[in-house]
Amino acid sequence: MSTTVEIQQLCKQFGPFTAVDNISFKVEQGEVLGFLGPNGAGKSTTMKMITGFLTPTAGTATVDGFDIMKQPLAAKRNIGYLPEGAPAYPDMTAWDFLDFIAEVRGFKGAEKTRRVQETIEKVNLSGVLHQPIDTLSKGFKRRVGLAQAILHDPKVLVLDEPTDGLDPNQKHEVRSLIGEMAKEKVIILSTHILEEVDAVCSRAIIIANGKLIADGSPNELEAKAPNHQAVTLSLSGGEAASVRKSLLAVKGVRKLEALQEAEDHLSYQVYPNQGQSIIADISTLAREQQWPVTEMHVERGRLDEVFRQLTV
Amino acid sequence: MDKIIDKDMLDNIGVLFKRELQSYFNTPIAYVFIVIFLFLSGVFTFYLGNFFGRGQADLQPFFNFHPWLYLFLIPALSMRLWAEERKSGSIELLLTLPVTVAEAVLGKFLAAWVFTGIALLLTFPLWITVNYLGSPDNSVIFGGYIGSMLMAGAFLAIGSSISALTKNQVVAFIISVVVCLLFILSGLPLVLDFFTGWAPQFLISLISSFSFLTHFDSLTKGVIDLRDLIYFISLMGIWLFANIITIEMKKAD
Repeated sequence: MSTTVEIQQLCKQFGPFTAVDNISFKVEQGEVLGFLGPNGAGKSTTMKMITGFLTPTAGTATVDGFDIMKQPLAAKRNIGYLPEGAPAYPDMTAWDFLDFIAEVRGFKGAEKTRRVQETIEKVNLSGVLHQPIDTLSKGFKRRVGLAQAILHDPKVLVLDEPTDGLDPNQKHEVRSLIGEMAKEKVIILSTHILEEVDAVCSRAIIIANGKLIADGSPNELEAKAPNHQAVTLSLSGGEAASVRKSLLAVKGVRKLEALQEAEDHLSYQVYPNQGQSIIADISTLAREQQWPVTEMHVERGRLDEVFRQLTV
Repeated sequence: MDKIIDKDMLDNIGVLFKRELQSYFNTPIAYVFIVIFLFLSGVFTFYLGNFFGRGQADLQPFFNFHPWLYLFLIPALSMRLWAEERKSGSIELLLTLPVTVAEAVLGKFLAAWVFTGIALLLTFPLWITVNYLGSPDNSVIFGGYIGSMLMAGAFLAIGSSISALTKNQVVAFIISVVVCLLFILSGLPLVLDFFTGWAPQFLISLISSFSFLTHFDSLTKGVIDLRDLIYFISLMGIWLFANIITIEMKKAD
């Protein structure tokens, strides 16, 4: 049976402040779900409720069939959780800490040692095993946190900003680790690095002011961008007025935006009508008119524009 | 409904207990605490307690000062139990592991209690000394150690519960000292005089019966009375229960 995490009408109220407002979604095994949203949008609060740290004001979270409120221990056994900031016990060494986590997770003897060693290899911790966590760099601390979360090979991984504070190489390592694990798990991660969503997530949810405002694959979200499927065209010369006129005459073109109009450099963004592709016609036009084209491409739509449009 | 106590629960308490006890020795806390505890025990016993001048082979002066010694040392030990977890955020890690709040509270408490027990055991040279110098009633001394241990447990349960209320260790320390002080003082005339004259007699004896001193004194005299044992054990039970409730109610902030 495949694993799922299901959230239904989840709400969290802190006094008069609504941190999470009626959020529902379902994640299936094999999906990597990215939580996006401005700071304070309710991403961490939602994660804290899924992992059983916070009690929801209303609604339920079900992890692999176990209600986090009614069967907290069974649910928690199936979850690996990296809390925000990757807290650990600073005076313990990385090895002692992972050994402790393994014991709490119920591993003993040789199996325990094997688990700890395997995890250490996966997250590249071997160099700093016997240093107190206190003395480790931010990147290593984050990896200790990640190691702690994946040690028991949980069905569900909840990672709150797993790559925050890592350098580009470390980010890449963590992302490929997530990619490797994605197939047999449900992974929920939060981030405000939008490129990360493209890199690792199969689906993204945008949360703002506690409300779920978008849910879809990164491509679907990109399609919401104002310049989705627009064509950017640059010429190294030509007469601006006639170029404009011919472009606007192309079938399916809705509007035209001049990016630059200098003597030897013309650059336009051409917007199509909803859902139409205009690049073929434009390129035919350019060939017919023998325009000195230097650049022509279709915009995919950028996530950060969608993000800004939805959350500002 | 799960059984109240099962093997998993004991396993979990054991793992948490071990980690916690180890953490005392990972940091200077253990060494500072033990050295200060032994040093002050010595000072109190030999100078203030006039151990030699009394000419009696017992440890009465040693135990007499324990309530006052614990008043400051135990809150210093207990203040970090939960406040530190809150401050560093590790409480979020701890409580999202497959352990219950009760297991976490008990594991931490037992570690602190055993640690105090280790410090107390290290005062054994005193016991040897009195046996060398004279022939004390060792059962009285044994009663004293039992009483001291129980009283330390009660102090720790209070301190742990108060530590759960805040993320600030200094606040936890100060409030714990004040609450523990009330539990000590409630048997002294200082407090009782305040009530005599207007409060009914049963209230006065109730207040006085809450005092650590009343119950501890009889134990150090070698009288192991069931009522004193029940007093300390139920005090620990009540405060630890409050501790569990506090954590359950406000895990996050």
